Amino acid sequence: MTLALVIEWIIKAIVLVLVLLTGFAYLTLYERKALARIQMRVGPNRAGPWGILQPIADAVKLIFKEELMPARADKLLFFLAPIVTLVPALVITAVVPWGPNLHVFGYTITLYIADVNVGVLYIMSVASIAVYGIVLAGWSSNNKYAMMGGLRSTAQMISYEIALGLSFVGVILLAGSASMTEIVSAQKSAWFVLLQPVGTVIFLIATLAEVNRAPFDMPEAEQELTAGYHTEYSGMKFALLFMAEYDKMIAISSIGATLYFGGYREFWFLSNTILSVDRTPWLGPIYIFLKIFILLFGMIWVRATFPRIRYDRLMAFGWKVLLPLSLALIFITATFILLAQQANNTLLLWGIPVVSLLAGVLAVSLVYRTLRRKEYARA
Amino acid sequence: MRVLEPLIELVRGLWTTLRFMFEKPVTVQYPEQKKPVKARFRGRHVLHRYENGLEKCIGCSLCAAACPSDAIFVESSENTDEKRFSPGERYASTYEINMLRCIFCGFCEDACPTEAITLGDQYELSFTDRRQAIYPKEMLIEPVPSGGKPTPQKTEPGTFTRSVPVMKDPTD
Repeated sequence: MTLALVIEWIIKAIVLVLVLLTGFAYLTLYERKALARIQMRVGPNRAGPWGILQPIADAVKLIFKEELMPARADKLLFFLAPIVTLVPALVITAVVPWGPNLHVFGYTITLYIADVNVGVLYIMSVASIAVYGIVLAGWSSNNKYAMMGGLRSTAQMISYEIALGLSFVGVILLAGSASMTEIVSAQKSAWFVLLQPVGTVIFLIATLAEVNRAPFDMPEAEQELTAGYHTEYSGMKFALLFMAEYDKMIAISSIGATLYFGGYREFWFLSNTILSVDRTPWLGPIYIFLKIFILLFGMIWVRATFPRIRYDRLMAFGWKVLLPLSLALIFITATFILLAQQANNTLLLWGIPVVSLLAGVLAVSLVYRTLRRKEYARA
Repeated sequence: MRVLEPLIELVRGLWTTLRFMFEKPVTVQYPEQKKPVKARFRGRHVLHRYENGLEKCIGCSLCAAACPSDAIFVESSENTDEKRFSPGERYASTYEINMLRCIFCGFCEDACPTEAITLGDQYELSFTDRRQAIYPKEMLIEPVPSGGKPTPQKTEPGTFTRSVPVMKDPTD
């Protein structure tokens, strides 16, 4: 380990954190703008041209707001909870590769902070730590609403983490590695969204629950819990919780882009052209940025469309639909990989999407049947 | 395909919201862009003048009497031919409307015998102080029309003896 390497790491880490922090600010603007357009409004457009200074105005407002601490709150935990929530959201992106290796002046720069050989496992473990911050925020506030919100989000995140983890397994099986860079290079010929369409859908649903976004924003259900775990937070501490939520969105979108949508690799129609990352490596960050942008739009779009689902149904959906379906997917994936290895024919891998789509249809039909039965029972 | 109904419904919902993204926004960029008010809009009061510049208000206080929220205060004084503000005997030397009390019902319009007060189309009535909420006569009265003279006017004796003008066919 040379000094140059340490300096490179520090620079990359600082750049990544800065990108995430400004990304958070502009994600709020992006979300407000996109939501506004969907609702036939124009969104913030007063601060600067097209409202591009709005995040700065928001930040200034939050910094100068009074910081309240409830009289009977647990002072230390109340102070630490936002930090404990934010840090995992920032460090989770350390294993996401932003591009292929760059060769500058005979020096090789890797566009990731760390290529952990169990990268996916690292993501799972760091994502689980984020639960602590939320439950501590809820508990230390000494407020019933905050407590309920914290507990709900813990239960929800733990439940959906299982489906999330199992959807990761399908990718690991296909790539033959848990390292993020190898997962990306395994998608050179076909993105995993094609091989694992149902897995992708499960991943996207589970991530919505994992980052507490609509329609799974149960911990923040205003009608029931005022603001959930951050009821008692104000000023900069609230901003930290808010930042953690949006940074988690960015992080989870970058992970989704890496696992299922080819990571920093070019779009399929650009392969073998000059715009391919193999020829022009510096396009990698731009491609992954575009993919994150599209995935984030998906999250905003879903928020603008679906109403919040009831808490018991949320749990039932997680445990009774997503978990069995993702288990079935792993079984299907493993079977076809084994078949392809035995028959020495990679075309057999395309059995995975076919059979898993059938399994998905079966799951949907079972949901439909249950819903119908409930309707009859009510009538 | 009935079993896929839950999925199709979700997609239909997503399609609906996406479609609205490409509609033209209905937002009116308010301070720069103002929508004209409706013809019968009841905004801030306006005190009118005749074409010669004399005030229509004769200080009769009927508007104050009609006002359900007691927002109007009128104090009248005598007109003379040397210093004439309005036709007839008297004019409103003080005319104040408290905009915090006013409910913009338009009863004052109906009560006015000379059609001196009407509710106009001005609706930007913000103030930072309770004192500023009281609009005096200078703020309510419309400017002197071209060809008219500002009040008080010096007039020929015996020309403006009637307070209420003769109206052949009163319009609304």
